[in-house]
Amino acid sequence: MISGALTSSPHSARPYRVDQVMLQVCLALIPGTLALVWFFGWGVIINMLLASLFALGAEALVMKLRGRPVLPVIGDLSALVTALLFALTIPPTLPWWLTLLGILFAIVIVKQLYGGIGYNPFNPAMAGYVFLLISYPVATTSWLPPDVPSLLEARDLVHLSFLDSARLIFTGALPPETTWDAVSGATPLDELRTRLDQNILMTEIRQSPLWGFVGGQGWEWASLGFLLGGLYLLYIRVISWHIPVSLLGSLAVLSGLFWVFDPSHFPAPWFHLFSGAAMLGAFFIATDPVSAATTKRGQLVFGALIGAVVFVIRTWGGYPDAVAFGVLLLNIAAPMIDHYTQPRVYGHGKKT
Amino acid sequence: MTQSTQTSSQTPTSSPKLWKFHGGIHLPDEKALSNQGPVVEAKLPTQLVIPLAQHIGAPARPCVQPGERVFKGQMIGEPQGYVSAPVHASSSGVVRAIEPHAMPHPSGLPAPCVIIDTDGEDAWAPDRPEPVADFQSLDAEALRARIRMAGIVGLGGASFPSSVKLNPGQDQPIDTLVLNGAECEPYITCDDLLMRERASEVVTGARILLHLLGTGRVLIGIEDNKPEAIAAMRQAVAEQQAQTPAQLEVVEIPTLYPSGGEKQLIRILTGREVPTHGIPAQIGVVCQNVATVAAVADAVLRGQPLIERYVTVTGRGIAQPGNFRVRVGTLASELIAASGGYSGELAKLIAGGPMMGMTLQGDAVPITKAMNCLLALTPAESPDPGPAMPCIRCGQCAQVCPTSLLPQQMYWHARAKDLDKVQDYNLFDCIECGCCAHVCPAHIPLVQYYRYAKNESWAREREKQASEHAKRRHEAREARLERLERERKAKLRKKKEAITPKTKAAPGQSAAVGGAEQSSVSSAADTKTDTAKTDTAGSVQ
Repeated sequence: MISGALTSSPHSARPYRVDQVMLQVCLALIPGTLALVWFFGWGVIINMLLASLFALGAEALVMKLRGRPVLPVIGDLSALVTALLFALTIPPTLPWWLTLLGILFAIVIVKQLYGGIGYNPFNPAMAGYVFLLISYPVATTSWLPPDVPSLLEARDLVHLSFLDSARLIFTGALPPETTWDAVSGATPLDELRTRLDQNILMTEIRQSPLWGFVGGQGWEWASLGFLLGGLYLLYIRVISWHIPVSLLGSLAVLSGLFWVFDPSHFPAPWFHLFSGAAMLGAFFIATDPVSAATTKRGQLVFGALIGAVVFVIRTWGGYPDAVAFGVLLLNIAAPMIDHYTQPRVYGHGKKT
Repeated sequence: MTQSTQTSSQTPTSSPKLWKFHGGIHLPDEKALSNQGPVVEAKLPTQLVIPLAQHIGAPARPCVQPGERVFKGQMIGEPQGYVSAPVHASSSGVVRAIEPHAMPHPSGLPAPCVIIDTDGEDAWAPDRPEPVADFQSLDAEALRARIRMAGIVGLGGASFPSSVKLNPGQDQPIDTLVLNGAECEPYITCDDLLMRERASEVVTGARILLHLLGTGRVLIGIEDNKPEAIAAMRQAVAEQQAQTPAQLEVVEIPTLYPSGGEKQLIRILTGREVPTHGIPAQIGVVCQNVATVAAVADAVLRGQPLIERYVTVTGRGIAQPGNFRVRVGTLASELIAASGGYSGELAKLIAGGPMMGMTLQGDAVPITKAMNCLLALTPAESPDPGPAMPCIRCGQCAQVCPTSLLPQQMYWHARAKDLDKVQDYNLFDCIECGCCAHVCPAHIPLVQYYRYAKNESWAREREKQASEHAKRRHEAREARLERLERERKAKLRKKKEAITPKTKAAPGQSAAVGGAEQSSVSSAADTKTDTAKTDTAGSVQ
């Protein structure tokens, strides 16, 4: 009659599951991904597939080596999320073996060597990306121009077809009779830094065909897509508002301050928000629960400091974008932030 | 101070200010399963199994013998000490035995029970307390004594002796009596039905407690998913308001688990927080469950001790869920049979609700004063959560914790058996409501970890106290031995001083003196040497 299973309360059906949460994150990436594919070609999709394959394979391998069951670990889909986020941050033409290298670093070293999901102090996708960025800076920063006819014409560039992308990724061969200069192009953030360093004023920089409505051509649409996906995650409560709002807020406030006082040398806050990895980072990367701060006040500090690091490095640092650095830097500070931002517990009066 | 009193008296009674507690979760309430019909009087069983420990505190001591005839309402177990409660026979009959019987307790261990073969006459004890129509003629002490001797304990599930809770002491003036009619656990509807059917007794009981405590205000908190109960209670309050100068108020509170937790309800209704490790009396509040208060009214007005209660029998594993008025000591199996038995496959049988109840190993256990619900859940209602996965620190648990704890951090340290750290994260403020484990996407049995950490902490504390006690004993012994040694040496020195001039004066007598001394302190070796020396000295001279 009674199974005799003496389990501790609560006995209710659990409404959430890790793999469902991870799946929702994957689904929320769709709008931004579509925009990226639209503007930067099939390489994005090829990279995502490759990265996913490598990530699941690497995780399965580690589980085998550790003598643990493979399927439950693969099944939590966390490796898939890592792979997708990694693939969305690398250039759509990155050689396949660099993707493999980055993923191996992310999954094997950053995630599994620390004990697997839940134990990694750093965000695996960002650690993998930064590993490549430092070790292979040229390959990791060679982006494509967005597929906007006016821009391609103005700069005499070609857009890569599916086959071109695949060939470039797998063999490293460019389409016949083209050069790297003809297929690649600086990202808006990159171009902005170069021009500003040449003492060109913002008004002139804004005339560039690379510039769109608020951010870079194509990039602003991808950012909008990630913003939509992020709002979806907020709506279904997979993430809370604290990290995205504080991250974007601090980035906007800091860039806004400088822009208000010197608009000819500093881009507007909306440019910062809709360029580079700001939206993707705010909603999908900084919110990685394992490596982020866990208290609510801590998350506000965590997000705001990432925003500040991003602004500082974008404006004065050596790299055009800095979401990965900001996230990794604050990852290691998260335990300390958590320690100093514990909530006031019921019945404990005012915290002194 | 004056200003604040004024504001509170000006608060309109229709829409009192409600406060919020942190977190909480919305759960499917499942109340409609069991609250559709009236409360059914359960059949008088042929045998009653009445546990002697149905309350927090010392178990009652049996005061009847096997073979003895007992009457309904007769005390069969005496309270042992201040924090204890008597138990009474729920019907008349003959005591068959006083022996251990399976209990509704997670350990499944048997505990002493008085087993009564009922005679069907249901005859009242001749010496039952006189009904008191005018409770105001009794003073607080007499009322408390009556409540104590009626065996009344908290019927919301905690089963703490009510007379103790109603004796906050002179230094803790009580300004608010909170009645807990929230019944926030899903499935359970016995308080709902009680408030619908016995609203008048609840309100009368509240007035008795107001009189006892000298308090001017009652706040009756009921979740808004019980409109019938709220209406019935409002009507009873309207009928009785004229008879008391105190302010009686039924407050409709939002349905949010765990609003019915004592600390949470007090916060919702008064905005005050029970201090950590403290009790509500410290902030001028006494909180009682509505069923407890109805039992107080029965004890005072009718002279009836606590021998029956309302029990919900529900869950989709029960053929005809409903509520019963049950004698304490009735076996759960009889109640389930009265509900049409089990229907289909059963995942769990639970005493209490799905969030905080405990699983039972079988249904051959007695209904106790504390048991508000028998819940038979099907595998669909209570699916196996599967193996726990690693914590991904998503913080859902912290978001829903009604005491603003950080369950993920507590789990981390409890898992590492770092008890000091878990306590740093305020483990003992955890009310074990289960919100954290409910929302955990990794399906970690968090509450189990906290119970483990609490038990380990208590065990360690006991061990520490025991070792401290042993250490103190050891030190006392050492000190005593040292003192004895000092005293002995001092005595010896004195004697020596007394002897030395004598030896000088009369050497011939020294041996005799030495011999006498030797016999008096023969136990200590060094004394012997001393004496021997004296002897030698004496003989040489």
